Amino acid sequence: MRSLLKIEGITKIFGGLTAVNDVSLTANQGEIIGLIGPNGAGKTTFFNILTGIYKPNAGRILFEDQLISGMKPFQIANQGFSRTFQNIRLLKEKSVLENVQVGMFRKTKAGLWASILALSSVKKEEQETIRKSLEILSLVGLDGMDEEISGSLSYGNQRRVEIARALVSEPKLLLLDEPTAGMNAEEVEEMSALIRKINANGTTVILIEHNVAMVVDLCDRLAVLDHGVKIADANPDEVIANPAVIEAYIGKDQVEEVSSFVEN
Amino acid sequence: MDSFINPYYIDIIVFLFIYIILGLGLNLITGYAGQVSLGHAAFYGIGAYTSAILTVKFGVNTWLAIFLAIVITFILSAILGLPSLRVSEDFLAITTLGLGLIIQSIFKNAEITGGAYGLDMIPAPSLFGLEIIDLSYLGLVLVMLLLAIFIMKRMTQSRIGRAWMTIHEDETVAQSMGINTTYYKVLAFAIGGAFAGAAGALFAHKVSYISADSFGFTLSATILSMVVLGGLGKIRGTILGVSLLYLLPELFRVFDIQLFDMKYLDLYKMMLYGMIMVLVMRYRPKGIFGNTSLKKRKKNRSSAKKKELRDGEIIA
Repeated sequence: MRSLLKIEGITKIFGGLTAVNDVSLTANQGEIIGLIGPNGAGKTTFFNILTGIYKPNAGRILFEDQLISGMKPFQIANQGFSRTFQNIRLLKEKSVLENVQVGMFRKTKAGLWASILALSSVKKEEQETIRKSLEILSLVGLDGMDEEISGSLSYGNQRRVEIARALVSEPKLLLLDEPTAGMNAEEVEEMSALIRKINANGTTVILIEHNVAMVVDLCDRLAVLDHGVKIADANPDEVIANPAVIEAYIGKDQVEEVSSFVEN
Repeated sequence: MDSFINPYYIDIIVFLFIYIILGLGLNLITGYAGQVSLGHAAFYGIGAYTSAILTVKFGVNTWLAIFLAIVITFILSAILGLPSLRVSEDFLAITTLGLGLIIQSIFKNAEITGGAYGLDMIPAPSLFGLEIIDLSYLGLVLVMLLLAIFIMKRMTQSRIGRAWMTIHEDETVAQSMGINTTYYKVLAFAIGGAFAGAAGALFAHKVSYISADSFGFTLSATILSMVVLGGLGKIRGTILGVSLLYLLPELFRVFDIQLFDMKYLDLYKMMLYGMIMVLVMRYRPKGIFGNTSLKKRKKNRSSAKKKELRDGEIIA
């Protein structure tokens, strides 16, 4: 398997707090990787380092064997990174279609003069942007909702718009930050199916999740962060049986209690 | 022909159009790209002084001077915008305010700008030996205004417009979409500045005498309130906002209702501005053309787009 993303020993320190401590992770082409861990484990910080919003204090990141740590966020995005945010960040007063069109930015190239003169190449590009956006909207299950104002949609559908916006540029790597936060069981199931569908098209996915049952079912591999340290990185079944992981989630005392309970 | 129309009315319309061009530039910076500027009058001044200096001191052809004024304000806005746009919101407002004051005091003190005395004998442009004044000047300004509206429309509806819109709402998202936020912010600042430069040059050749007092903070604040009143991020908002605040006070003068003493017209104007601002902010906080009828707007726009797409497919 070809490795797409290679993260080597990244560390991020905020004042006296080491939010991410010497974490390494490799993502192979076509994988779905789940990043789990208790609240405050450094998962979102890790994403923000990957996308260039934070500069790591140590370590380096290679994407397709090219060094991307140190690049600006927009440059990293232009390498083929797309992401969604933990707290949905849509242009809330704009229509669903407009939001998704924004995602096409890095795939289009009309310059200022071409836009002012409305050259035929620009018109064609705009039409292609709309066609592609509508196509992606139907992929994520928002058929016919392109005219809605995105802020007026349900929570689950807003997440879908965000995913559509991230997907429309055909990223090589999709980073999802808690895609099922605040969703009910049925919506979680739908989201799982959607991520599988996206992955089946060849997109590598890394997602942060709190819903352990979902990631165990969905992911090829799970990485666990606790207090900024990676404590496990293996296939899902192995990870959830790992005592260190259980301890990180429910505490040492409880582990003993549970295991004695199980033994009896 | 000219004698049929009171030249005073023509002047009012000429200045109105110049103000709309100035307002459109600010709307691009503040309304579309979301960067508050309290120093817009400085770029208006740079345009006016550039064109005036080139024609008066160097004898450059008026048309060429107007063109160069636009180019030079574009470049200067980009250079001045680059450091300013590293800060945002309140800090940007203060920075641009300071920038405006510095530039105004350069106008007032530099030798080349004529110091406090200003510059006069600025020639009017001429075409085929005919001086362009009064009605023909109105024609010139109208052409420039239509061109400005056209360019604004095309820019804001393009992918560049969407980049500005995204930067306005959320810079982190913009970066994540691969948008070089610094570049597009500076671009908006430079184009907005160039609009102000064009307005300034048109102003200089109209009045033939300029001094630093015409380009102070009051003008920056007035233009900003006109743009906000009409609705940020709306072209027709700027047209309406500028027209309303500029023409209403003139109505007092034109109809000369004996109710007010004309000596204090400027004071009445300020009272009126204040009252209109309070009313608009109370009842339409997003401006007269602010996003109130979103549903209607999106319906029209999206179905138009879809239709365009369908037609496109048929042709293809």
